[in-house]
Amino acid sequence: MSIYFTKEHEWVKVKEGIGAVGISEHAAHELGDITFVELPAMGKAVKQFEVLGAIESVKAASDIYSPVSGKVVKVNEALNDAPEIVNESAEDAGWLAWVEISDEAELKNLMTQEQYDEFLKTV
Amino acid sequence: MDEQLKATPLCGRHEALTALMAPFGGWNMPIQYEGIIAEHAWCRSKAALFDICHMGEFLFEGNFTAGGLEDVFTFSVTTIPVGRSRYGFLLNEDGGIIDDLIVFRMAADKAMIVVNAATAPKDFAAIKGRLKGGTFTDISTGTGKLDIQGPLSRDVMVAAFGAGIGAIPYFRFVTMNLLGVEAIVSRTGYTGELGYEIFIPADRVGELWDLLLKDERVKPAGLGARDVLRLEVGYSLYGSDIDEATTPLEAGLEGFVDLTKSFVGKEALLRQKEQGVGRRKVAFEVNSRRSPRHHYDLCFSGENVGTVTSGVFSPMLGRGIGLGFVRPDLATVGTPLTIIHERVSMEATVCELPFYRGGSLRS
Repeated sequence: MSIYFTKEHEWVKVKEGIGAVGISEHAAHELGDITFVELPAMGKAVKQFEVLGAIESVKAASDIYSPVSGKVVKVNEALNDAPEIVNESAEDAGWLAWVEISDEAELKNLMTQEQYDEFLKTV
Repeated sequence: MDEQLKATPLCGRHEALTALMAPFGGWNMPIQYEGIIAEHAWCRSKAALFDICHMGEFLFEGNFTAGGLEDVFTFSVTTIPVGRSRYGFLLNEDGGIIDDLIVFRMAADKAMIVVNAATAPKDFAAIKGRLKGGTFTDISTGTGKLDIQGPLSRDVMVAAFGAGIGAIPYFRFVTMNLLGVEAIVSRTGYTGELGYEIFIPADRVGELWDLLLKDERVKPAGLGARDVLRLEVGYSLYGSDIDEATTPLEAGLEGFVDLTKSFVGKEALLRQKEQGVGRRKVAFEVNSRRSPRHHYDLCFSGENVGTVTSGVFSPMLGRGIGLGFVRPDLATVGTPLTIIHERVSMEATVCELPFYRGGSLRS
């Protein structure tokens, strides 16, 4: 499975046309204790780099942008009652939504793990 | 780091604990150590230690009446018994709040005034300008201050300094020997929990910090947790909820104003009392985990009716809570409000204070 990142610190893991989307461990750490996750509506059509949802921590509120265009086919409802899962496992159990990717060519607009690691050294 | 930020005597210790530091009131202060939620929970269940050295302390010595101190604040200082303290305000001529503060009656002719860090210089100037005698000294630099707060704080203090401390009632203090120097231990705080504010010479505050942290029931907590704790019990934060453009009547704090005595700003408050306030402080609970934040709009029936001044996710209530100001006719419990900021919208209901009632404050 391939993982890609945005400059806004979202990730997408792509498998068979479906992208699982979340925020990076770096972003979760920067936000601090996460207290609320606004999940997208099921079936919502999203465009690459447009608002998918939001995450709030004690310190800040941040919009989450979709790394890919497509349709939301699953959301992580566990985050409604336990948003701290994003702090504990940002790049695994803390996924936000699954997006049925409409154009895999858009993945070229994202960073690979290596590129993202390099990017983090500059922020 | 901003060159102009001041550092408390404990700054090196915070950095050794890898605390996240940030500017607050002109000081480089610890915001969090292990995390705001964990530190909040520790304070509500055990004992949390806060570096509050940034706050200002002034000393007045002389006759309170002849020296003019009696007329400086919204409350009487001559009627505070020795060994007790009182909370209230320093107002401007318009009734606006220059600062909220606590006066400690040290002796018949001696008072310590504890003020907010950011406002300390203007407080000192305003008070000095109103005094007619006595000596008035800024002792902030030489004074260290630690707050230990939480249901176990009495046990911790008794274990460290003897049973005498356990007998101090709420809003009373004792002057006693700690670490071989004179210190003030006061049953006050800003968290809604049982706890103490300790004033000790600044050059000894590091030793006191180290000693209290040796007790495994104690953990350090930063200003992030302190803000959540104070808001859960509805305490105002100067600079956010109250300021020079806000009167105690608007802020629902008239209980700390004695209109039977004279003080600067009284005429303005009497006028406002007669004419009615243009806006009024409200507390509200959000119907989700979403957090209101400073400057978000408060709306009623689609109309903008006010502004959020403080907001946070309350771990104890499991939902967003906040303070704000609205049109006076809407400041009644049960009023539904919509909180709006850009794309964010949340539903809230005006409620009574405090939000959280389970604290150990008076236990």
